[in-house]
Amino acid sequence: MSSSILWTPLLFGLVGLFLPKKAVGWWAVLGTVVTLGLAIAVAIGFDGNSSGLQYAVDEPWISGLGVDYSLGVDGLNLFLILLTAVLWTGGVAFAAFREQDRPKTFYFLMLVAETATLGSFLAQDLLLFVLFFDLMLVPFYFLFGAWGHDRSAEGGLTASAATLKMIVYTLIGSLLMLVAAIATAVLAADGGHITFSIAALSEHGLSHGSQQWIFWFFAAAFLVKMPVFMLHGWMPDAYRAAPLPALAVFSGVLAKVGAYGFLRVVLPLFPDATVEFQEVILVIALASILYGSVMAFTQTNVRLIAGYSSVAQLGFITAGIFALSADGSDGAVLQMVNHGLVVAPLFVIVAILAERTGSEDIREMGGMALRAPVLAALFLIVALATLAMPGSANFIGEFYILNGLFQAKIVFAFIAISGVAMSAYYALRLYQQTMHNRKPEGLLSREIGLRDAVVLVPLVLCILGLALYPQLILERTAPTVQQTVAKVTGGEAPSARLAAQVSKMSRDEKAEVENGSLELIYKP
Amino acid sequence: MNFHEPHIDYAGISPIVALSVGICVVLLSAVFKPLRKSAPLLTTIVLGATAGLLIWQWDDPKTLVTGALRLDDLAISISLIAILMAAFCVVLSLRERATEEAGSGEYHALLLGSVLGMVLLSQATNLVSFFVALEMLSIPLYILCATNLRREGSLESGLKYLIVGSVGSATLLYGMAFIYGGTGATNFAGIAEGIAQNGLDGDPLILIGIAMAAVGLAFKTSIAPFHQWTPDVYQGAPTPITAFMAVATKAAAFAVFLRFFDVALGSQLDSWQPALAALAAISIVVGNVGALGQDSLKRMLGYSGVAQAGYMLGGVVVLSDAGTSSLVFYLAAYAFMNLAAFAVIVGRERETVYGDDIRAVRGLGAERPLLAWPLTISMLALAGLPATAGFIGKLYLIEALVEGDYTWLAVFIAVGTMISLAYYLRVVAAMWMGTENEVVPGATPVIAGASPEADPVDPEAGRRWYIVGPALLASAATVFFGIIPQPLVEFASHAGASLFG
Repeated sequence: MSSSILWTPLLFGLVGLFLPKKAVGWWAVLGTVVTLGLAIAVAIGFDGNSSGLQYAVDEPWISGLGVDYSLGVDGLNLFLILLTAVLWTGGVAFAAFREQDRPKTFYFLMLVAETATLGSFLAQDLLLFVLFFDLMLVPFYFLFGAWGHDRSAEGGLTASAATLKMIVYTLIGSLLMLVAAIATAVLAADGGHITFSIAALSEHGLSHGSQQWIFWFFAAAFLVKMPVFMLHGWMPDAYRAAPLPALAVFSGVLAKVGAYGFLRVVLPLFPDATVEFQEVILVIALASILYGSVMAFTQTNVRLIAGYSSVAQLGFITAGIFALSADGSDGAVLQMVNHGLVVAPLFVIVAILAERTGSEDIREMGGMALRAPVLAALFLIVALATLAMPGSANFIGEFYILNGLFQAKIVFAFIAISGVAMSAYYALRLYQQTMHNRKPEGLLSREIGLRDAVVLVPLVLCILGLALYPQLILERTAPTVQQTVAKVTGGEAPSARLAAQVSKMSRDEKAEVENGSLELIYKP
Repeated sequence: MNFHEPHIDYAGISPIVALSVGICVVLLSAVFKPLRKSAPLLTTIVLGATAGLLIWQWDDPKTLVTGALRLDDLAISISLIAILMAAFCVVLSLRERATEEAGSGEYHALLLGSVLGMVLLSQATNLVSFFVALEMLSIPLYILCATNLRREGSLESGLKYLIVGSVGSATLLYGMAFIYGGTGATNFAGIAEGIAQNGLDGDPLILIGIAMAAVGLAFKTSIAPFHQWTPDVYQGAPTPITAFMAVATKAAAFAVFLRFFDVALGSQLDSWQPALAALAAISIVVGNVGALGQDSLKRMLGYSGVAQAGYMLGGVVVLSDAGTSSLVFYLAAYAFMNLAAFAVIVGRERETVYGDDIRAVRGLGAERPLLAWPLTISMLALAGLPATAGFIGKLYLIEALVEGDYTWLAVFIAVGTMISLAYYLRVVAAMWMGTENEVVPGATPVIAGASPEADPVDPEAGRRWYIVGPALLASAATVFFGIIPQPLVEFASHAGASLFG
């Protein structure tokens, strides 16, 4: 089952290369829908009480090098897989309603990107994870570069320069991660048989010294991908260049792979270093929240507002993970799905608005709500979800994250709260400027077409559905997340050194964390 | 007086015999008018027969010619890589100006001569056979570089290669003299024994010998700082020859690098290991930085070859089965990656007026997708992106390096790869994200230093089977071994295990 989810998009993509140009778009939509169906089937059959791997596949791939083709679903990745399938269906359908230049290659690359992204979520072998993590970038390089927008006339970069910048930034992290992954396996094997299985590696603890440098090699890859403050240099240019259907899935899903990587790889494999560098990462996360929010206030380009708001949101998610409490991580997983579900429709709306106004500058937009109440209503739901209105799933997610953070590091929690307040400002500013205000001359205000509604409404329904029933995710994530976090903080830690460190944790924190994780985990 | 008939293992030397006979046949074919056009076919047959004989000897290591040669899986795998490259070179040379100007028979005979040198070099376990084989490999190449007689660049390339190559050979020979002087043996095993018995551990003269031998080999494998000839020679030589030279020479020279350093000088590990690691690191930086901003694709691939040689040298440095295997794997992958790129360059050289300039591939994605895909795959593979053999190759090398406690060199490979993205992706961007060229029909291509009457434009060259075929085949292999690497990994690990076996 895991394998069929993984390879279905690629298969459809390859067949699509041999279809007539007119049919290929809908063929690609069919591919994403089939994948979505498979993902839903997996979610239905998923046993929410188990913390172990389900639908596991484990075959030797390169036996000489100890690399296995090992996939599996657990609480950490189940909903991210579902999110990927949902957003790709939306993104590809949105593109299929429009004329695309060189459609065969375009849809082929979109579907390759889906396979690569699903692969990085499904992989249970460290090297397979690194491979898919790097592979994700390749189709987006072409999509952004060849179908992107040339911004050199506006003082920006050409599409190919912007994507090159993105590739170099992100691959700097991922190549170091390759070295780090191999080093992890070799050091853990200690002369014996090398394995890259994440489960097996988390049993052998690495020495403290090795964990320290390997932690940063992995962190570099994940932090650039998100991106966080100071490593976000590629983001504005790439976001401005990207074609919108590709950007919707890129922003909705790919950024989450970085955060997911921390939960999947870093916490279980490098627990000592995680505890040691917890505060450093928290500082980076808070800086991202503040910087992202402030930048989102001041930007006038809609894409960049969405982009910088993602920086802030990813900062939140990172803070949740590095609260190192079950609540924080549980909320982080929920928030990853939430954020994906709001940012993708946001870009779809941006695309619709840009088509009508011919501009992506909010100063040249406005008054859209007058004649387009349905579009405005949909946008309002998305905007309110973005600012984590009580009642939305984002609220629950942020609440969990803050709750976890309060238990662990109360000072950081206070600063993070300011991010919640600021998100209200930029989300509402974006909504107001585009939908209300005076309508500029010559602007066409008309209702959302049926074609766009078909894409947008289901996505918004997902947001509403999760708002009504966030337990859907929290329940199923909790067992795995508890186990992951317990590896870092609890007695199960692989090395004695960790136990010593935990005992050294300030004041009553240790007891607090342990009690908290037992007490506060959501129980239906 | 009793005459002892020496024992001759005819099966073992059969590949060498086949090649030597083949050279004579191909050369003589030029004399007979009806056979004049058949040189490419004859060459392919000879290469095929040699490959068959080599595969027949697989997994049956033996010592030949009183210990001067050793035919094991390492030698066979390296020879097969060289033969593969030569076969593709023959196909790419069809309709190549150089073959007609230099005479098809001579051109192909020289090519076979160079292959013979490579086959011998990969088996050499004796200083004498080592040196003779190296010259056997090099001298035909000096001439082949200059076969594009009407192009100044080609002649310059041949001359430059001759001079620099001779300096390299001389240095190597001088180094050998020191080592022979110290140990009194020419045999690799004898050298190792001599060092141990004569108490030459860390002896300055031996160290000078090792250093000079390393420098000589570094010239041949284009390891920085002994690489200066590489971009010029690559650019000037006829493109099929560049393709052959880029991979096959490296493969053969690395084979002897492995044997000489790991077998004969293994006991001096402490003295040469850090030095070679430093050379590898320098090569990675110099090659990758040098390739930035190169407009000529052949020059770019030349510099990239310097960097790639740096990566591969890592396999020699760690002195382990894993290191040897990873090197063989990387060479095989490198062969496929480079072939695809050079096949496309050959095609574009003939059909556009830009020669091997990066402008020649601009808009290729829309104009010639069957050429654009192979070149794209080749560039992505050289950059080490996943789902290509290049990624697995890097993975293999890095794993060997980390196991051998050379993690810092692995980090260098990662850093080098980052720099390399800039120039590899520049080619990709030109193909898919650039504007199309206006091909001037009937115009003459301007290759560096070309005289106007050279190569007439063949506007359909990019559709010919002998261009598209090799490009597609090589890129398909690159992707195939990126997704299902197991067969190639086993091939390489056989070769790796045979070095000390």
